[in-house]
Amino acid sequence: MSTTATSTKQPFGFVAEFESATDLYHAAEKVRDAGFKRWDVHTPFPVHGMDHAMGMRKSWLSGVVLGGGLTGFLTALVLQFFTQVNLYPTVVQGKPTNLNTVPAFFPVTFELTILFSAFATLFGLLIFLFLPRWNHPLFESGLFKKFSDDGFLLVIESKDPKFRAEKTREFLESIGAKAIELVEG
Amino acid sequence: MANGTTDQALHPSEAEGVAREPLVLNNRSFSWITERICGIVENRQPLGWWFLFIPSVLLAGVLIGTLVYLVSTGVGVWGNNQPVAWGWAIVNFVFWIGIGHAGTLISAILFLTRQKWRTSVNRSAEAMTLFAVVCAGIFPGFHVGRFWMVWFLAPVPNANAIWQNFKSPLLWDVFAVSTYFTVSVIFWYIGLIPDLATLRDRARTKVRKVLYGFFALGWRGGNRQWQHYEMAYLLLAALSTPLVLSVHSVVSFDFATSVVPGWHTTIFPPYFVAGAIFGGFAMVLTLMLPCRLIYGLQDMFTMKHIDNMAKIILLTGTIVGYAYIMELFISYYGANKYESDAFYLRILAGPYRYYYYCMFFCNVIAPQIFWFEKARKNLWIVFIVANFVNAGMWFERFVIIPTSISVDFLPAQWGIYHPSITEKLMFLGTFGLFMTLFLLFLRFLPVIAIAEVKGVLPQADPHYHDWKKIKEGRRGPGFPRPGSPDPSDVK
Repeated sequence: MSTTATSTKQPFGFVAEFESATDLYHAAEKVRDAGFKRWDVHTPFPVHGMDHAMGMRKSWLSGVVLGGGLTGFLTALVLQFFTQVNLYPTVVQGKPTNLNTVPAFFPVTFELTILFSAFATLFGLLIFLFLPRWNHPLFESGLFKKFSDDGFLLVIESKDPKFRAEKTREFLESIGAKAIELVEG
Repeated sequence: MANGTTDQALHPSEAEGVAREPLVLNNRSFSWITERICGIVENRQPLGWWFLFIPSVLLAGVLIGTLVYLVSTGVGVWGNNQPVAWGWAIVNFVFWIGIGHAGTLISAILFLTRQKWRTSVNRSAEAMTLFAVVCAGIFPGFHVGRFWMVWFLAPVPNANAIWQNFKSPLLWDVFAVSTYFTVSVIFWYIGLIPDLATLRDRARTKVRKVLYGFFALGWRGGNRQWQHYEMAYLLLAALSTPLVLSVHSVVSFDFATSVVPGWHTTIFPPYFVAGAIFGGFAMVLTLMLPCRLIYGLQDMFTMKHIDNMAKIILLTGTIVGYAYIMELFISYYGANKYESDAFYLRILAGPYRYYYYCMFFCNVIAPQIFWFEKARKNLWIVFIVANFVNAGMWFERFVIIPTSISVDFLPAQWGIYHPSITEKLMFLGTFGLFMTLFLLFLRFLPVIAIAEVKGVLPQADPHYHDWKKIKEGRRGPGFPRPGSPDPSDVK
């Protein structure tokens, strides 16, 4: 695979393989310090502390889930009280619907809060990840396939303002990459 | 320790004497784990799989047959009637829903408490949860009498302008069980995504490529994905923890909020939850002990895992035993005539007293053998005790449900309950359905969470090789554990 791209099409970027989680961790620190922006590491499992090595901040998925939970909570209250007070008042077991009988409405409120939070987690996650996306330039790479087995990969995209075909390859070699592949865009 | 205190780079947890058993034995590599777990799905199934699968499918057919008979004839084909309107159907419902709880306990509560051994067990236990809840849902669904009217349980506008009574524990149950099932499916599926990507990348046939690829959603394992993924997993664990405790509490409200002697007790919610976890772990062991031998998973599903689960069975079994005795004590101490009569009949003079003895032996006495390490290390003993517990938990639900309502307040309302052959076949049939689903799961999905097990290997620690270098330089090779701090931080 030639790095002097003769085609006019811009490549997607470099995939570099590292020996171990340790090597990848230290390589990530160096890529972060070199000021790259559009890059990622691809690993078979989440590597502990990699967020720090890559200079990433906390995931705000929790905010989405809080929103989901509140929606579920309010939905449950509206559903129960509107139907029990306005649409179809049932006074059974000697219990009318008023403030004194509020505890009887706790279980459904709790369950719907959890249910809506769980859906918010699932759909929030998919939106945050830009998934499903069944096609991706990286899937064309032979080296990239190893990420789901035992490969520790670092990908620098050509869209990164600091990306320079030859220099980036040399940089990746200098931080310890054992195999490098250029992926077509 | 040769040079003891001078070795300052030594992490405190590294000190000799506190070293723990590794979670994966024989220093396996990442690709060994991929190969071993994916191999189950990719290669031909062993003969044992077919020996189990064919009878399971036949039994599941029996279930479908009895359901067709029930719907076409009417609920009269069951033996329940007044006063025992809740017969085997509700016993079986509570039995199956309880089994599910171990899966969520392993996947959620043990995750929050950082019990890393859960990684080898959680996938199969979660699958078991889903299939058990499927089996559970059949019973109340058909117990309503007119199955085609089940949609009335859902709060949707209908032509009769009738709305549900949200103050009824039975409706709470509908919400609890359906939420539990949905959240468990979401949790299970999110956990599966990275492993489906592994299967996708290894797929050799077109069909596998398309199907695994479709469900893997295009997962690329980038840290920018893992970051949100891990947060989602943590959040779901945090949501599932109160959820799992609530589900069996709500199931117990079906009984506890009534005025029936023997049901009207405040101890029910914690007692039901402990019993559910107890029965669920027994079922996990029942399924996974043969499975680990058939598929050669001993290095990942180690004796340590079995030991831990046996200890949980011992703990929860003892809690359940405490609840049984406390129930008896309160019926004596409470001095409520109806309550004490209910328990007098339950344990000494009633027609169902032998169920009580079976229950007490299976649930309280049998697990006590797990106090002994030798018993926890003997797979036959573990398997037999687990099956005692499976049976014992069914007896427990029988003791609670028909026994209490067979003796109502007035002698004129007393009646004995005999299950019909249809009921018995139906219960047997749910085992067929459960096993069919579980065997199909073994056949098509990774039985152990590949990505998670890789993450607990020592070499998964980003500082593993740094530590190794330091240790080799100072005092020979050694292996730090995942989660040990960066050596540059230890001064």
